[in-house]
Amino acid sequence: MATLDGKVPGGPIKDKWTTYKDKVNLVNPANKRNIDVIVVGTGLAGGSAAATLAEQGYNVKAFCYQDSPRRAHSIAAQGGINAAKNYQGDGDSVYRLFYDTVKGGDYRSREANVYRLAEVSTNIIDQCVAQGVPFARDYGGLLDNRSFGGVLVSRTFYAKGQTGQQLLLGAYSAMNRQIARGKIEMFNRHEMLDVVVVDGKARGIIARNLVTGEIERHSAHAVVLGTGGYGNVFFLSTNAMGSNVTAAWKAHKRGAYFANPCYTQIHPTCIPRSGDYQSKLTLMSESLRNDGRIWVPKHKEDAEAIRTGKKKPTELAEEDRDYYLERRYPAFGNLVPRDVASRAAKERCDAGYGVNATGEAVYLDFAAAIVRYGTEQATIKGEKNASDARIKELGKEIVKAKYGNLFDMYKQIKADNPYETPMMIYPAVHYTMGGIWVDYNLMTTIPGCYAIGEANFSDHGANRLGASALMQGLADGYFVLPYTIGDYLSNDIGTGKIPTDLPEFEAAENHVKESIASLVNNNGTKSVDYYHKKLGNIMWNKCGMSRNAEILKEAIDEIAALREDFYKNVSVPGSADDLNPELEKAGRVADFLELGELFAKDALERNESCGGHFREESVEVGGPQDGEAKRNDEEYAFVSAWEYKGKPSEAVLHKEQLEFNDIELKQRSYK
Amino acid sequence: MSNMNLTLKIWRQNGPQDKGKMVDYNVSEISEHMSFLEMMDVLNEKLVNEGEEPVAFDHDCREGICGSCSMFINGEAHGPVQGTTTCQLHMRSFKDGDTIYIEPFRAKAFPVIKDLVVDRSSFDRIQHSGGYISVNTSGNTQDANAIPIPKEDADLAMDAAACIGCGACVATCKNSSAMLFVGAKVSQYALLPQGQVESENRAQNMVAQMDAEGFGNCTNTGACEVECPKGISLTNIARLNRELLRGSLKS
Repeated sequence: MATLDGKVPGGPIKDKWTTYKDKVNLVNPANKRNIDVIVVGTGLAGGSAAATLAEQGYNVKAFCYQDSPRRAHSIAAQGGINAAKNYQGDGDSVYRLFYDTVKGGDYRSREANVYRLAEVSTNIIDQCVAQGVPFARDYGGLLDNRSFGGVLVSRTFYAKGQTGQQLLLGAYSAMNRQIARGKIEMFNRHEMLDVVVVDGKARGIIARNLVTGEIERHSAHAVVLGTGGYGNVFFLSTNAMGSNVTAAWKAHKRGAYFANPCYTQIHPTCIPRSGDYQSKLTLMSESLRNDGRIWVPKHKEDAEAIRTGKKKPTELAEEDRDYYLERRYPAFGNLVPRDVASRAAKERCDAGYGVNATGEAVYLDFAAAIVRYGTEQATIKGEKNASDARIKELGKEIVKAKYGNLFDMYKQIKADNPYETPMMIYPAVHYTMGGIWVDYNLMTTIPGCYAIGEANFSDHGANRLGASALMQGLADGYFVLPYTIGDYLSNDIGTGKIPTDLPEFEAAENHVKESIASLVNNNGTKSVDYYHKKLGNIMWNKCGMSRNAEILKEAIDEIAALREDFYKNVSVPGSADDLNPELEKAGRVADFLELGELFAKDALERNESCGGHFREESVEVGGPQDGEAKRNDEEYAFVSAWEYKGKPSEAVLHKEQLEFNDIELKQRSYK
Repeated sequence: MSNMNLTLKIWRQNGPQDKGKMVDYNVSEISEHMSFLEMMDVLNEKLVNEGEEPVAFDHDCREGICGSCSMFINGEAHGPVQGTTTCQLHMRSFKDGDTIYIEPFRAKAFPVIKDLVVDRSSFDRIQHSGGYISVNTSGNTQDANAIPIPKEDADLAMDAAACIGCGACVATCKNSSAMLFVGAKVSQYALLPQGQVESENRAQNMVAQMDAEGFGNCTNTGACEVECPKGISLTNIARLNRELLRGSLKS
């Protein structure tokens, strides 16, 4: 076991990034024209990085598996993006955003990276407004903010319930400007299937043209992975159907350490599942918790009556409802962080108070908010004696303006009207804090290979706060990577073009071709989805919201056995020489079957509860925190970074010790 | 819960050069709570288990926002429910025994790649020709609150920016025009002070590219607005025409 160096610069935390930028090596504009950079993935991280690197003068080749960069799954982020602008004058600051993020991450992130993130957050908003991102504004024409879980200020900027869409289209527009100038060469419908390492440095990728099936070699002086998270290892998640770990996993197999794979965010407010045919889960933005109150019936009889359809939630009197988050966490109430809210929902449902036919749902109720807003509107409009019906009408208008599209989405999926009856929600896999290990430069353990956005591990620790994924993606892509990559590339100004006829390219290409051929010629009997669903079940039941050593060991064995069965019996119809969605899925599921095992191994190794990782063996007993998750800083204040050694079971653990000089390690209390 | 048996008539085309044809399939035990694409998953799972090649179709987020899904269902882009993408269409909109026709989005500028998958890269190329504000991504811009923007303008810009680039407008239009798509982007920027600087040039360049890609012209039928899953308004086309006119008067 070796220790890892995060290469964090010295000096006080608030000066680290400035000092770094002052001293970092730069590449002069003329030399940038001779340097190629590959960016894989075109979400907020990849898209913004591609645009900025191209604008700086590098020759960028960008890749996405979708038919257009605009469709990357960042587009589905709803709620908003954090920034320490303090426009509301409610006490926000860079330090407070930094503090909230480290605390929210349960003290398992790298302090210096998080501080830098908080520092550049304000630039993001300036940048996006300049690009024409239509953020919500108030009547005075200035930017509006809302509040999100785990914090006590309003620092979240938003564009209706479509903030991710608008930020991504902003990055896409910046890319388009560079594509038009010829500085970005865009490869749509291409999937990266290997990293090519030459003399110890990342020098290119092997990609499959998903339309023609052609296997292509692409060389560059550096490779950037902005390929997102691996939540789809659970089969059901809020990720897009195509979201996958393949690019990250291939890099892992070529030498990039994979950090904290067990840190998964299970988001508390998703639409509950309805049947076995379910292909994905839909998130209801966390912003709804600003105005929605979460509850279950106080009495089991009522819960049972609701489950069997004999009672309606609106028939239950106030005193018969258990607003369990407000009860357990009076200080933060419905705005506790995601991991806390999810576990609390599971606790109530496991105890028999769940409300869906499946017993796996809790209510998110807007009745109180509608009355509160309605009364306020009646006062503004001077309607002193407004009737209850009038107040509700006015209140619904405000709620509609704030969350209309989310309510419409819920209505379309559940055929139920959330303006009249409470929404039903349940936690679902949403985001993975773990990812490829990177140092302060965002470089992986393969020199010249970088990982940004959700694909890396560094900023969110063991739990991510709401509206921070968009912030990190754009911070990495627009403002961090473009500086740090120059430091590395400054050594490459005389290298010249990297030829693609090197033996390393040939070997990687042959390897990819062999894997594809073995899948297509397997002649098995079971579909790819059959395996993916089985894997998802193991992950959800044994590596989900609550974990213990025994079930994790079972998971490891079951996943290994399933993987073996997959290679024997999977059926992939069609050919490798044209568009073949089943083949694409097969390759991705093959990688999930390896990652899943490492995930369980990592969860087993970390015998403490922290953030989204809850070990039943590590719980507070007695005192005001009774039953809450118990962190173990003495033994586990480190990053687990796994080195690939041929099989997930043989992966070797490396530790990066986490130091907290600017924040005191504390029990994370939201009471 | 009622389960349905359905007959599907689906366009199968084994590549861009293939002639293509409608093929009949039956699916049974379809729950009303399934999404349309989950029904397609059931069909594909069945085809795979029978050793046949499944139907290729574009899809990704399945939340109605990425714009990937693109089927023409019973003669309508994204099917019978207004304001809804195919992935958010649910089987409760159909009934037991129905025959459902499923075709790709058809337009000269959207050639078929395979089955229901079409090539919409022409949309990207229109965006390359002017779908941006020429500002560097350095972050050294002025403070985000330096220019107040009237709430109505910001809201209208947001409404225009809600376009998901799915191509339903084109598939629906009898002329295969992309004016709603172009109008939405031109409007978003024309409504914001940051975008107004280049507005007229942007409109001219994007329309020129639209023409070059083989999209048709607008004859004000308004079908695009009706079928748009995101409710993009025709007023965006009017705004585009104003920008074009202003530009042509100056040049």
